[in-house]
Amino acid sequence: MTAHDPSLARPNAPTTTYRYDEYDATFVRERVAEFREQVRRRLEGALTEDEFRPFRLMNGLYLQLHAYMLRVAIPYGTLTARQMRRLADIADKYDRGYGHFTTRQNLQYNWPKLVDTPDILESLAEVEMHAIQTSGNCIRNVTADHFSGVAPDEIEDPRATAEFLRQWSSAHPEFSFLPRKFKIAVTGAEHDRAAIMVHDVGLRIVKNDAGEIGYQVVVGGGLGRTPFVGKIIRDYVSRADLLAYLEAIMRVYNRFGRRDNKYKARIKILVHEKGIDEVRAAVEAEFAAMNRSVFSFDPDEFERIAAFFTPPPYESLPAESAKLRTQRVAHPAFGNFVDVNVSPHRVPGYAIVTVSLKPIGGIPGDATSQQMRVLADASERFGFGELRVSHEQNIILPHVKQEDLFDLWKLLDGAHLATANAGLVSDIISCPGLDYCSLATARSIPVAQAISKRFSDLSRQRRIGKLGIKISGCINACGHHHVGAIGILGLEKKGQESYQITLGGDPTFSASIGEILGPGVSAEQVPDVIEHIVDFYLAERLEGEAFIETWRRIGHARFKDVLRREGEDGADI
Amino acid sequence: MALISDGRFIEDDWRRLADEEALPKSGKVVVSLARLEHALAHLPEGVSLGVNIPNTTDPTSLTRALSRLELVEIAFPAFADGRGFSLARLIRRAGFTGELRASGRLLADQYAHALGCGFNTIEIPDELAERQGESQWQAARAAHARTYQRGYVAPGSILDARRKAAAQ
Amino acid sequence: MPALKHPQILLASDLSDGEVVFLGAEGWERRHARARVAHDKDEAAALESFGKAEIAKNRVVDVYLADVEVGADGVPTPLHYREKMRLKGPSVRPDLGKQAKGAAHDRP
Repeated sequence: MTAHDPSLARPNAPTTTYRYDEYDATFVRERVAEFREQVRRRLEGALTEDEFRPFRLMNGLYLQLHAYMLRVAIPYGTLTARQMRRLADIADKYDRGYGHFTTRQNLQYNWPKLVDTPDILESLAEVEMHAIQTSGNCIRNVTADHFSGVAPDEIEDPRATAEFLRQWSSAHPEFSFLPRKFKIAVTGAEHDRAAIMVHDVGLRIVKNDAGEIGYQVVVGGGLGRTPFVGKIIRDYVSRADLLAYLEAIMRVYNRFGRRDNKYKARIKILVHEKGIDEVRAAVEAEFAAMNRSVFSFDPDEFERIAAFFTPPPYESLPAESAKLRTQRVAHPAFGNFVDVNVSPHRVPGYAIVTVSLKPIGGIPGDATSQQMRVLADASERFGFGELRVSHEQNIILPHVKQEDLFDLWKLLDGAHLATANAGLVSDIISCPGLDYCSLATARSIPVAQAISKRFSDLSRQRRIGKLGIKISGCINACGHHHVGAIGILGLEKKGQESYQITLGGDPTFSASIGEILGPGVSAEQVPDVIEHIVDFYLAERLEGEAFIETWRRIGHARFKDVLRREGEDGADI
Repeated sequence: MALISDGRFIEDDWRRLADEEALPKSGKVVVSLARLEHALAHLPEGVSLGVNIPNTTDPTSLTRALSRLELVEIAFPAFADGRGFSLARLIRRAGFTGELRASGRLLADQYAHALGCGFNTIEIPDELAERQGESQWQAARAAHARTYQRGYVAPGSILDARRKAAAQ
Repeated sequence: MPALKHPQILLASDLSDGEVVFLGAEGWERRHARARVAHDKDEAAALESFGKAEIAKNRVVDVYLADVEVGADGVPTPLHYREKMRLKGPSVRPDLGKQAKGAAHDRP
């Protein structure tokens, strides 16, 4: 394929995601050429490591514990079969045959060479992908609800907004050297699947009294060393003013965000120290002073982008497939898969399938190149060639006919991709931790694997129900442990890996930060502790009550008591 | 220090005046922000006036001075400290049309950003200029043909190009 | 000679491919068994200053000293689990990194 095929850059192509036009293609090619030049200058010494670092980070390239790591953006979590195949090809050609899907709709390669990176980026550009701004102190990859466009509870597909913002934020002249990273998430649904309350800016698509679509803007959320739930800075910003309002927020942050201490440099600290009212006043003053005509919102441009996200050519089907009903009964394992991993679709006769990248005892979020190709094939055979990546580190097939579910399941099962645990206790979110990451203070993956094995019985998991465990290998919280119903944070204590457990986190609109359960425990003790907590929850819960609801109802102290008692009983925790 | 303008190293015809030095009767001088009020009041009219300001300066404090100033030089204490970019934007917005200069350890890789925000010239230490020669500054300027943003200085705007293409 | 609490070796990452390297008698080595061990502060300072010069020559990055214990066979083993990890590779993927059979440093 050539780098750019103009015939595909039209919304009527059989795909439901954005396609580059010649300007997008040129822009990405220019960035690849620029980075190739930067690598060359680095190797010959025109750039020192300190000078090079921000630019390699802005192209997604980290230096990790064992090797470089390249983080590729999957904007708003949407990718095509062709793109997934290219990710697989790159894994084979330049890496070690696998990739790691992250909590921010990115894919990480763990073993690229610096000298190969420009070629990898060029290979990505050929399929309209990039690694631009997946790291660095700039506006990061804009994330969105992974059920966009298919969720029954949606006001509007947020991906048009996310793509609009992706373009606006790319190589921004003013906002590429911010005090710290800046993450934006967008949701257009009644249920928040994009964790907008814990982003630097969260955008919630809403309708005003006149029925016009606009945005509720949340600012100053974030995890990391000092977690905060975001605060509403404005209830309603019209679409016409969205970019101007965001520029105002960015300018205030760029000027007044702290730069004396990188741990206090995120906008959440500015909001916390100045208070939301003072930040709001500064943003509103800047917004009022701006020449908004410069942004002169172009409805045609927004519509051009939005047109790419129109629904695929669905067939007219009965709401429920009789074939599926029979198959569910005939094949209990398949029935379980449908119960757990399949979500309702807004179109009759269709379903949303979550493909778990959390096999029992596996590495959360990892997929081999072979599995990526199976997923690409599956999306083409059963779902208009479209895939999604969720911040839970799973893959979504968003448009599957109910009557195809059984064949899809068999295909997935053959590639070890049919674990029926989406949202259950073994669907663990985990950062790479000290197995790969140079910032980590402890390993995360082996802890996830041990918990997963402890709860390997899927029927037990179903009895427990939805329960999110999230693990981070350091205080930077890439594993979102603060918002896990059960959160686990790996730390170093007296030269050993130690794990701090929190309960009561919630990443949705009702966001809350988990509370610490007690002193840290060793890696070996973690599965015991988790099991005690889960058993106590099962004993205490009321009919249909989720973990977080039980925890909120009976209180943190009761959970603490259980562990203290268990400790006295000799469990050594 | 080396001065870059239009992708070339040029001679600097501005002279930085130390705070204790007397105001000259001719030429082009750059004063510190602390000296600005004094210079505005006492500098003979024929002398060109510039000011060097920290990147934390409140741009409204310069509003009155802008019509007299021919050069505003914004200090970049570190290349990754992007406050100067926003300050440049605000000074341009306040109507300043003279020379806007970024002074510090800026890298060629930031040239397009600086130009985009309204800077005309970049002043860097000689030692940095030895590693980052003219060709790198020229290449950096050419590396961004069109940008997605509007309202910034750039060779072209992608949005405008799309509009034009759609209108045809 | 001022004593060190523990002997030390110098670790870095190779600039062009990112692999962990150790300063040996002749230069950078990919096997820690060949790392030069500093037994006192002067020796450690010499390793470090060599490392700094190598950064300036754009060969390596992220250079630092790590405490080790030296086995009967003379091979240094880091005391901290982080550096132990760097000697081997990901603990969850024994097929990858230096620990893998056929890894670059195993080949002659």
